[in-house]
Parts: sequence; C-alpha cells; structure tokens
Amino acid sequence: MSFNSLKSALLILCLFSLNAIAHAETTLVAVASDFTKPMTEIVAEFERATGHSAKLSFGSSGKAFAQIQSGAPFEVYLSASEKYPLELEKSGLAVADSRFVYAIGKLVLWSAKPGYVDDQGHILTKGGFQHLALADPSHAPYGVIAEEVMRHLGVLEKLRPLFVQGENISQTFQFVSTSNAELGFVGLAQVIDVASGKIGSGSGWIIPDTLHSPFRQTAVLLKTGAENPAALALVDFLKSPTALAIIEKYGFGLPK
Amino acid sequence: MLTPADITTLWLTFKVAGLATVLMLILGTPLAWWLARTTSRWKGVCNALVALPLVLPPTVLGFYLLILMGPSGPIGQLTTKLGLGTLPFTFGGLVVASVLYSLPFVVQPLQAAFAAIGDRPLEAAATLRAGPLDTFFSVVVPLARPGFLTATILGFAHTVGEFGVVLMVGGNIPDKTRVVSVQIYNHVEALEYSQAHWLAGGLLAFSFSVLLLMYSVLKTHPVAHQLK
Repeated sequence: MSFNSLKSALLILCLFSLNAIAHAETTLVAVASDFTKPMTEIVAEFERATGHSAKLSFGSSGKAFAQIQSGAPFEVYLSASEKYPLELEKSGLAVADSRFVYAIGKLVLWSAKPGYVDDQGHILTKGGFQHLALADPSHAPYGVIAEEVMRHLGVLEKLRPLFVQGENISQTFQFVSTSNAELGFVGLAQVIDVASGKIGSGSGWIIPDTLHSPFRQTAVLLKTGAENPAALALVDFLKSPTALAIIEKYGFGLPK
Repeated sequence: MLTPADITTLWLTFKVAGLATVLMLILGTPLAWWLARTTSRWKGVCNALVALPLVLPPTVLGFYLLILMGPSGPIGQLTTKLGLGTLPFTFGGLVVASVLYSLPFVVQPLQAAFAAIGDRPLEAAATLRAGPLDTFFSVVVPLARPGFLTATILGFAHTVGEFGVVLMVGGNIPDKTRVVSVQIYNHVEALEYSQAHWLAGGLLAFSFSVLLLMYSVLKTHPVAHQLK
C-alpha cells in the first residue's frame, strides 16, 4: 500500500515536472544600459523561480526604441525614461496600460580620483576642472536630469563649455573611469558597492532628488510578447519583493 | 532643412578630414615608398600594421586610443609633458585618431602605384644623374598621379564617414568634436528623423559622387585591383 502511494507520488511528481518543462518559455528583453547589473541578477532569480528564461539586450533606450519601431522582436522593454514606452503605447506597438515604473533613477557626480568630489557637490561651483562628462541631454535621460541639476544650482551656463558628452550613460562612465574627464554625472548603479551600499571607488556626491524632477524608469510589455507566458511572468516578477530588493541594492529608488 | 548646428558639424567634419588627409599624404608617401621598394623581412609586419584599421572594429581603435591618450596612458603622459594637455575631447585628438584610422586608404593606393612604376624609370633617371629627391619629384610623382588622387579621395571620404572612433574619443562637443556622423546618430536617438534624413542623405550623395568622380572621370582604379 505504502509502496503504491510512493509510486503514485513519484508519478505525479514526474508529470508535474514534465508540465513545468513543457511550459518553460523564453522572452527577449531590451534593457537600458544603466540597469545592466540589477537586471542580470533579477533574471537569474526569475529563471530559478519560474523555470522560464529571458535573453537580455543592453543599450541606450533610444536605440532600443528605434529598433522596436523597425520590428525588432523584443517582447519586454525596460527604458530609462517615461517618454519612449509612452510613444510605443501610442503607436500601438505596446500592450495598452501595461506601462509601469520599475525603478527610480539616482544620479551621482563622480570622479575616479578619491577625495576629488565633496559630498555636497561644492566642486561644481568652485570649478578647477577641464572636463565635465554627462550623457548627451538631447536624447539620454541621465543627461537631461544632469542639466536640470546644474540649472538648479545656477552653474549650467558656466559649465557648458566644459561638457564632454557620452552617447549613453555607460560611455559617460567610461570617460570618467579612464580619468579623461576629471568628473561627470553617472548612474548610482554604476559606482555603488553593493556590499556596503556606498560608492565603491573614487569619490562622489549622490545628488538629492530635490534638485531634479522624478527620474521614473518605465517598462512596457510589447505586443510581440502579449501571448508569451515568459514575457508576462517577467513583467510580474519585476514587481515582486525579490526584484525590488535587488533594484534597491543597486541604489535605485523604488516605485511608489 | 539643415539647422545651423548641422552646418557647424559639416564644416567641422570637412576640417578634420582635410587636415587628416594632408597629414596622411605627408606621412603615408614615404611609408608607401618604403613598403613598395623594401626587401626587409619586416615588410610583412609593417604591411599588416598599416592595414589593421581596415579589419579592426573602430570601437577597438577608439577604446585603446582613449586609454593610451588619457592622463595615465603613455601618449597622454607624453603630450602632457610637451604642454599639449591630453588629446581626447579635442580637435587635435580627433585628427590624430582619424590619421590612424584612415591611413590604409592612403598608403595602399600609393604603395600600389609606386610598385607599378618598377625599376626602369628610376634607373633611367639615375643614368641622367638625377638625385633621389629629384627622381622622386620629377619621375615618381607624375607617374604615380592616379595613385595620389585615389589616396587623397579615399582618405578624405573615409574620414568624413568616421563614427566609432570619434564617438569613443571625441566627447561629442559642439564646434570641437561633434562630427556629422555623430550628429546623425543624435538626431536618430532624439527621434528627429527628418533632420537625420537631411544629413544622412547628404552624406550618401557626397560619398556616391566622390566615388563616381574617381571611377569614371579620373579613371583611377580601386585599391583592391591595384594590390596584387
């Protein structure tokens, strides 16, 4: 009797796992380059928890947007700004009302040199540097926010001649980390040491939210992924406590 | 239509390409001459080095230049000692990067043209007691004229279209390092497609006209046909 019940239990287990394998799907995701590190970790957890898998493509939000418009097979899109997902929803490429804020971006004034940037950002008014790196404000969300901060501090026009502009936030980080630019505006996730929650190397000033408008990074489910269980599961997983903990660990704010 | 900012980037692009082409002709002519005549066992290595940018992704070149020319790189330390500061994010840095990037487009046609001349005209000049410099300017240069034209046109046109290298070392500074290819990229990223079309279409027309001029009017030969 007990042998039979064991057998049926095994059978049920087998059927169950077969079921899980049959339903494991893959989704293709376009991710803003500032979210590279947290997303890699979130997807590892996602795959463990759901059995689905996700393939990630990192780059600037604008580039991914253009590719999606031209028919790229992405199913979920994590943009660094609110603008692009809204456009996609308007043009009917995204599932209506699927937009949600997944993280609040945090900006840091950072230098590769220890002790160079003070924790109040006074260096911006004092000057004494030749290059200030930022992402190109004409299209990169981080650049737009950086300009807002400088305008708020009343130093924008004074500093403008010193600008060197990265195509996206990763390239901006390159300019500063190679010391070609003495300092620059980068994302907190790029310089944070996850163990301590502080800036890992060099020196930096984490810019208070009060100096710029809210930096809402927005995700959207694309029409191409509307029928894919993996895409739907990933969108849900991004709102799960596990994902939120990872997002927070990398220095992003949480959506309210 | 083209905005004043677009026209500035075009002007800057032609300035970079023009200056780089002059430098490449000055540096590339003796180099191509040596490569065409030498029997040194280093010839293969030098040929490979010159041709490297043809196959190397521009981002690789840009990445190493950014590090080498930066404050802790050897070139950066040299230029700082010479009182020039560091090269990334400057017009000069862009010209240096362009010279490295486009050099094969100048050296290879010249090398092929020099090789095609052969020994006999040089021997004839020598029997007439012409010195090496005199021989070069009175015999070699006129005979290699198509090679010089091809080199100039290809070197210039290739530099105009450069993108990856300037993106890596340029810093996208208006009036200083924002060249036309980067401006097009910016327009596309900012969703200004009609602006992008004006510039991109202009460059397409420019590149085609230049090649048409080279192949039909000047009757020069493409690089690949000249190199054996």
